[in-house]
Amino acid sequence: MAVSVAVPSIPVVAPPASRARVASPWVRWGLIAVSLAFLGLFLFLPLAAVFAEALRKGWRAYLASFTQRDALSALRLTLTATGIAVPLNLVFGLAASWAIAKFNFYGKSLLISLIDLPFAVSPVIAGLIYVLVFGLQGWLGPWLAAHHIKVVFAVPGIVLATLFVTFPFVARELIPLMQEQGREEEEAARLLGASGWQTFWHVTLPNVKWALLYGVILCNARAMGEFGAVSVVSGHIRGRTNTLPLHVEILYNEYNFVAAFAVASLLALLALVTLALKAALEWKTRREWHVPEQPAAAEEE
Amino acid sequence: MSIEVRNIHKSFGAFKALAQVDLKVHDGELVALLGPSGSGKTTLLRIIAGLEVFEPRPGSAILMDDHDVTGDGVGKRQVGFVFQHYALFRHMTVFENVAFGLRVRRHGRRPGKAAIRAKVRELLRLIQLESMEDRYPAQLSGGQRQRVALARALAIEPQVLLLDEPFGALDAKVRQDLRRWLRHLHDEMHVTSVLVTHDQDEALEVADRIVVMRQGKIEQVGTPDEVFHQPATPFVMDFLGSVNLFRGRIESGKAVFGPLVIDSPIGVVQKEGGIAQLFVRPYDLDLHLEPNGKPSLPARVARVQSAGPLVRLELLSEAQQTIRVEMSHDRYRQQPVAVGRQVFVTPREPRVFADDYSI
Repeated sequence: MAVSVAVPSIPVVAPPASRARVASPWVRWGLIAVSLAFLGLFLFLPLAAVFAEALRKGWRAYLASFTQRDALSALRLTLTATGIAVPLNLVFGLAASWAIAKFNFYGKSLLISLIDLPFAVSPVIAGLIYVLVFGLQGWLGPWLAAHHIKVVFAVPGIVLATLFVTFPFVARELIPLMQEQGREEEEAARLLGASGWQTFWHVTLPNVKWALLYGVILCNARAMGEFGAVSVVSGHIRGRTNTLPLHVEILYNEYNFVAAFAVASLLALLALVTLALKAALEWKTRREWHVPEQPAAAEEE
Repeated sequence: MSIEVRNIHKSFGAFKALAQVDLKVHDGELVALLGPSGSGKTTLLRIIAGLEVFEPRPGSAILMDDHDVTGDGVGKRQVGFVFQHYALFRHMTVFENVAFGLRVRRHGRRPGKAAIRAKVRELLRLIQLESMEDRYPAQLSGGQRQRVALARALAIEPQVLLLDEPFGALDAKVRQDLRRWLRHLHDEMHVTSVLVTHDQDEALEVADRIVVMRQGKIEQVGTPDEVFHQPATPFVMDFLGSVNLFRGRIESGKAVFGPLVIDSPIGVVQKEGGIAQLFVRPYDLDLHLEPNGKPSLPARVARVQSAGPLVRLELLSEAQQTIRVEMSHDRYRQQPVAVGRQVFVTPREPRVFADDYSI
């Protein structure tokens, strides 16, 4: 295929004019001041209070709070529930958003509404649903009891409740992005001979990887911090069915403030790490999507 | 590789996108599917590619080189496809985009790394983007992106090249240059190609044959000369360039349009007293200052626009109909007419159609 055909030159496109400023400086600074005051009062102050209370009796007492058996077991349970819920919701979220964004089928809008359901329902109700279904007096209770399977007031119940509450995070991040990207790239890949798996792995997944990671981070934060739904199904058995947020509540109710705030500070730290990761991701995606246009004329002959 | 489309029907819900379409594209030919949006041209192209499924009817089939490929999946048909909006893989460089079709081949059929590199470099040389192999699609201009898309499609050495409005998203100048380039490329490579477009100039300039489509049906198939000079229907005549339309009646074998009577009209004339429609291209009208015995329409000059390659006149007939006339500057200089002047218009190439068609 030794063919050479002259390529036409293409004119340079002029850069767009810079945007004019709309609001006056007073409005701008006023809005910024209000936001900062609000954030300071309701966010930074409580956050600082958590760490101040936790460290009130010094580092030794602070660190001692984590070495208690119950605290360690709560940490282990939180990590277990998160470790199961996040990967499952990652797979589910990818599958659901792929189906919704790239295919047409009956019941599509119903599926979208169902994915949003956990956002709409109070977590306490979510917990109650599991008690009603899997509890001893629930629908599946007698059958589960006969087979010696414990769901409610045990680890499986906590995992289920966490799964339910963190259901929408990954899918919600991916659906709008995948819809915007359309299916042409996948079609192009298929036409070039790629298999379905190759198309997913080389085209679909790389296109959504940052949004996927973003969804996973949010999902992870919520899974570790969930209180309401988990509280209902847990039964608060110390050392067995307590997660970190539940453990904080117990310590607090026992007037063990240093330990309560120390464990709380662990969750707060997690939130801060999540925030930092999220900001880094946003910065990264922005950079990837808005690559500066090169002057086209320089390379054209 | 020849393509044959037999009795293809396709609906999207209540919308009939294609109805009983039959078409044969010969080996090495470049055929343009031309029509307005909603005429089914893109759907037909996607069906040939295997991206859409047609309705199963008796005798329905897609054949390539006389083999029925109806059951073959998208990847099996060895079709190169170029999308209107490029559909380049946005997270891959130019090089990786072009190499994709080779890299995803099954073990055994996949060329070695060096062979892939050589092939991609050769294609990049062909589209003259060798210096940009490490760029991402977002860093390229529209014309460059479409060339990369073309190179990517050619990398798998397709038997058939399908182009879906490939220049539709580009501005006029780039579009014109690229379509000439495409024609040259086709002359060198002879890959059977089907090009979808709604731009009649593009179709006339590039294609060996043009398939004019309207409302899911094929209206006419022919060479650019045939569809342009011998349009089979008023729609084809209208779609392939600007046209003046006059309405009249058939009276004793003649077509009568007020004072203008055409004795032996070209085109299809059916029943006595039926509707006759006269189509004349703006450059097929002669102007005279006095009646010269030939059948003519009296009109008044309403506007003269002489900037541009042709002089364009707008006339107003006695029935208050606007008539557009085009002539060369030379001819206009021989007989200049001022606004308000009465003239007599004679069609040089009148085409009369009997069926009722409104622009």
